[in-house]
Amino acid sequence: MSSTRALRQAASGTAETSRPAAREQAPTGAGATRSRPHEHAHKAAAFVANDARLHWHDQAIWFLRGKRDRVSSAVPDWEQLRSAGEQIKAHTLSRLAEYLEQFERNAIQLGARVHWAKDAEEHNRIVHGLLAERGVQRVVKSKSMLTEECHLNPYLEERGIEVVDTDLGERIVQLRREPPSHIVMPAVHLKKEEIGELFHQQLGSEEGLSDPKVLTEIARQHLRQKFLAAQATISGVNFAIAETGGFVVCTNEGNADLGTSLPPLHIACMGVEKVVPRLKDLAVFLRLLARSATGQPITSYTSHFLGPRRGAELHVVIVDHGRSGILRREEYRRSLHCIRCGACMNTCPVYRRSGGHSYGVTVPGPIGSVLAPHINPAAHSSLPFASTLCGSCSDVCPVKVDLHHQLLVWRGELGRAGLLPLSKRVASKLGGWILARTWAYRFFGRLGRWLLARVPRAVIYNRWNAWGRQRELPAPPRESFREIYRRRRGQ
Amino acid sequence: MVEVGLFIPCYVDQFYPRVGLSTVELLERQGVKVDFPQEQTCCGQPMANSGCFSEAAPLARKFLSVFSRYQYVVCPSGSCASMVRNHYRNLLPDSSELDEMRGKVYELCEFLHDVLKVQPRGRFPHRVGLHQSCHGLRELRLGAGSERRISGFDKIRDLLSGLEGLELVQLARPDDCCGFGGTFAVYEEAISCAMGKDRIADHERAGAEIIAGADMSCLMHLSGLLQRQKKPIRVMHVAELLEEATA
Repeated sequence: MSSTRALRQAASGTAETSRPAAREQAPTGAGATRSRPHEHAHKAAAFVANDARLHWHDQAIWFLRGKRDRVSSAVPDWEQLRSAGEQIKAHTLSRLAEYLEQFERNAIQLGARVHWAKDAEEHNRIVHGLLAERGVQRVVKSKSMLTEECHLNPYLEERGIEVVDTDLGERIVQLRREPPSHIVMPAVHLKKEEIGELFHQQLGSEEGLSDPKVLTEIARQHLRQKFLAAQATISGVNFAIAETGGFVVCTNEGNADLGTSLPPLHIACMGVEKVVPRLKDLAVFLRLLARSATGQPITSYTSHFLGPRRGAELHVVIVDHGRSGILRREEYRRSLHCIRCGACMNTCPVYRRSGGHSYGVTVPGPIGSVLAPHINPAAHSSLPFASTLCGSCSDVCPVKVDLHHQLLVWRGELGRAGLLPLSKRVASKLGGWILARTWAYRFFGRLGRWLLARVPRAVIYNRWNAWGRQRELPAPPRESFREIYRRRRGQ
Repeated sequence: MVEVGLFIPCYVDQFYPRVGLSTVELLERQGVKVDFPQEQTCCGQPMANSGCFSEAAPLARKFLSVFSRYQYVVCPSGSCASMVRNHYRNLLPDSSELDEMRGKVYELCEFLHDVLKVQPRGRFPHRVGLHQSCHGLRELRLGAGSERRISGFDKIRDLLSGLEGLELVQLARPDDCCGFGGTFAVYEEAISCAMGKDRIADHERAGAEIIAGADMSCLMHLSGLLQRQKKPIRVMHVAELLEEATA
């Protein structure tokens, strides 16, 4: 089947092995090729400026990390489970084309129709085509980061189709006309009072509500009407099973189940990396997913779809959108293991303090920062630097994506592609030149310490000294270690 | 006799000579023959972390040419030791000299714990907050770390456990990053300082008098914040602490 040719080549290494980052450009409009190396830092600084909110956000997200720690501790073989997850994913990626074709054959046999999309544009065209052919004007959609990634909502809305997100968090950010700030909890950046105000303005509820139960009930009533009126439903896919042709959707709200039970058309959209070989592999992934995501032993609803409902249609759209390019690059391949649990966000000390919107991409946090530059390295050149490389993400990841290592590899690639800010390039050139010469290092070390001890404070702590804005510099000693060592040893 | 090539990070050499001297003292007390090769400069991590691999690679080659002749290479920094062990491969993909180096470069606490197998005895009557520096913890595995579900171990704690009077305070977040992150500290200054202040607050709440750690870079960042805010907590490298306690 020609649709999986790119995957076959990528997996077997027969295609060109690596493409320099600078040449891989995405069609995301004006300014897409301009490097924005300070983007994340600027947005993060704005987030940090509100100290109370920063700490509220950090605590709220850290709470999830704590829950994940507790429930994963209750699994005696957690680390083996992670290894199993990693190995199944690595194996699947090594034969991705075969497993996808097996899934396709079995899904067709179950009565589903399968479509292949090479990128976001084709995905959106296929989905719209299916809806337009059937005259559908009202669609409900359960949470799908893939459709967010493809910007499906605006695409359909521009063509006169109403799309209502039915996951509560997704609906909230949809009503606010903003992207999700977290892949599992799209509205985690909002306080309940803000949601009360939003519902007051958009859904006509009473003013000043903030009781989560009351707010949830308002959302239920509002969404119930949308469910009943919908002519089609769109869902994501958490796991597609090659040996059965079925797939699994995990939710906590049951919205995917209600959405798929009512209208006669279900379109399920999945990235190529969502396939797993066997049904029993779910025993590994379902145990890892909810525990890592929200600290639950399992999601409230784990729904298996095996072909269409009687009298209804089921379409599966399998999307590449840059994934075969990642598969082709060995150093980044493991990022395709990702099961979108969001644990790397919850543990990331930078994400917790800068918020999901500071990343400017659908999938934020460490995993987003290694995925986004594949689509457009220039536009997202700040993301691999939005990390201290502390490595917590790599250790928390249920499928062992080597996230912080990939961030470092990206930095090198952005450097080679000339996408670093001038200040970094100049400082590294200068620093590299000095440090490569012992005499220069010694000379400039002494000079630096001498100046630091004598130059007036106001000159050192100038407006360009980012270190000194909130921190003191270390007091320079008269002698360096090597000078003392030499003196004492009489060398 | 164990022979060690002493690898002192550039910023420790320039700003924290006491840490270097304590390292020498601790090793020599164990009968180790220490040599500090004067040609050394920097491992290249600042450039590599900035994405400037081509500027970092000559420093990696220089490092190998300076240190390959030693039986062991010991460094009082988990981050710099990890740079050599775990990240030089990015810079020198084909170096066979690196294979050997990766097996003999050690962070100081790791070397004391795993190779010399020492259990320092002494006295240090203070309430100490242990700052787990990320690269030592998660790249060199000096401890189990809070993320992984494996039976807990902690090499730095082990080294401190024989010191009378030393009380290690309980932190709410035992190994959250301090926010230094190399050039991150200046390019993402706002987040870096927010992280550092939160780390300090955790130590304050736990009642620490001293924040001790095995990486002076984290401590330089925390100390910079502490000094600006005129807080009474001081920072101390584990090498200095051990030297003082066991004198």
